[in-house]
Amino acid sequence: MIAEMKKPEEQEVSLGKKEGEEKFSEISSEMPKLLNHKEEKSMNKVQAKNVHCWYGDFHVLRDINMEIKQNTVTALIGPSGCGKSTFLRTFNRMNDLIEGFKLEGEVLIDNKDIFAKDVRVNELRKKVGMVFQKPNPFPKTIFENVAYGLRVNGVTHKKFIEETVERSLRQAALWDEVKDKLNKNALSLSGGQQQRLCIARAIAVEPSVVLMDEPASALDPISSAKIEDLIWELKPKYTILIVTHNMQQAARVSDKTAFFYLGDLVEYDDTKTIFTNPKKEQTQNYITGRFG
Amino acid sequence: MNLKERIIEGLLFLCAAVCVLTTVGIIAVLLFQTIEFFSEVPFSDFITDTQWTPLFADKHFGILPLLTGTLLTTLVALIIAIPLGLSIAIYLSEYASKQLRGYIKPMLEILASVPTVVYGFFALTVVTPLLQHIIPGLAGFNAISPGIVMGIMIVPFVSSLSEDAMYAVPNSMREASFALGASKFQTALKVIVPAASSGIMVSVILGFSRAVGETMIVALAAGQQPRLTLDPRVPIETITNYIVQVSMGDVPRASLEYKTIFAAGLTLFVITFVLNNISYFIRKKYRAQYE
Repeated sequence: MIAEMKKPEEQEVSLGKKEGEEKFSEISSEMPKLLNHKEEKSMNKVQAKNVHCWYGDFHVLRDINMEIKQNTVTALIGPSGCGKSTFLRTFNRMNDLIEGFKLEGEVLIDNKDIFAKDVRVNELRKKVGMVFQKPNPFPKTIFENVAYGLRVNGVTHKKFIEETVERSLRQAALWDEVKDKLNKNALSLSGGQQQRLCIARAIAVEPSVVLMDEPASALDPISSAKIEDLIWELKPKYTILIVTHNMQQAARVSDKTAFFYLGDLVEYDDTKTIFTNPKKEQTQNYITGRFG
Repeated sequence: MNLKERIIEGLLFLCAAVCVLTTVGIIAVLLFQTIEFFSEVPFSDFITDTQWTPLFADKHFGILPLLTGTLLTTLVALIIAIPLGLSIAIYLSEYASKQLRGYIKPMLEILASVPTVVYGFFALTVVTPLLQHIIPGLAGFNAISPGIVMGIMIVPFVSSLSEDAMYAVPNSMREASFALGASKFQTALKVIVPAASSGIMVSVILGFSRAVGETMIVALAAGQQPRLTLDPRVPIETITNYIVQVSMGDVPRASLEYKTIFAAGLTLFVITFVLNNISYFIRKKYRAQYE
């Protein structure tokens, strides 16, 4: 599937020809997404099979198995150092950048092993977007921040870039706040706005999976609530994995919740079940705040 | 105890005062002699006349030929130093392992510690003959050869400071870029270099300032012919070069010819002073960007 991803040039050509109306209907509807995924019936968007991870000699993740359905939100919770962020970062192979990182097992996205030799990491990362804990916009203009992903992937069509920037900012619920100052430096925005800008930047390259690493932890409650609303709105288009330390947030935004403890996946179930009727005592203790 | 502390404080203050007073003294001497010079030569001649011939019978006092000579060699130096210095900085900051970086950085700084007279000698006896094979009509003394060698000399200035600036760009910027599918090179060029641009500018300005004031290399390899030209193949003379020529020659003290070197010296001082202040200003203004 990764190899079948549309090249940006193709998108540019095919979209470039169409005019306004048609384009927006295409964007708003789910059709292209469904058509793109021929293996729709194969259910699992993201899958981890017997995944082990090490940093040097330190065994951070032990035998993790997880299946994640398309267009769902999955929350990864657990105390600090439990391996949830490491797990999140395997899906776009961000851990590759860390010296001494080692992984065993299989990580599948659209039934394709993302650690297979023929997978190009930058193609994978285009497909699996990421939002980080601290807002990290580039010290460029608001417009250029969102356009960056397109530009580095070879898109040069000016109109296509402009339309994508607007669409992404609208999806990230930021358009109305920044439409008059697209050429202002992104660092002039507030923390909450910066984080929504980072979300817009991530979805501008049309990923199908979005990873969020504590996206609201550095924000005030109002900005945090906006990010949560946004996650709801993005769900129909993307498969979202979110690491969070905030139990209420996990309960509010996610369909499924995975509880990690000391490198083990203790429990993985519907969020409702985890928060009302967890099967393991450890989970119960953690979500009720007895430790962690 | 208290008295001892006070004596120490006083001594330390004295040391600082010596530096400040020396600077003030130098500026005062420069200014004083320059004012005397301009009582005999109109300032308008100094900045508009296209000839500089104070040592000849037909005297002209136009600084322009010396200025263009200085800027020409400096320009050649920067054309060499900026791409080379930036490439090295990108390599060290974004590609090289920590270990390799630890080895290469000090080695680069050795370049800065080669005595400039050695560089000048190298320009005259190695680079110029080599260039004469490539560039037809290249004179034995010219602007391009000392320019190139000067460029190599200031590479460590550019690379070291630029690398510091690039290395200081937070890792979150790299992660954000990689997470969007950018390659290492794209990240370096489109994120790291722009984010470090203020530091890079400072490094270039300091290299510029260093090249403008460089004396030995141009004295040995550029010639002593003040000439208003942008042709790097012919002999020229820089401001520093002229000052050396007069200081070492038998020009009588207190003569008008003697005073010319103060006017030339002050011109040089003004250029480097302005450049250093620009770099100081840039550093101050952008320091807090990531804090």
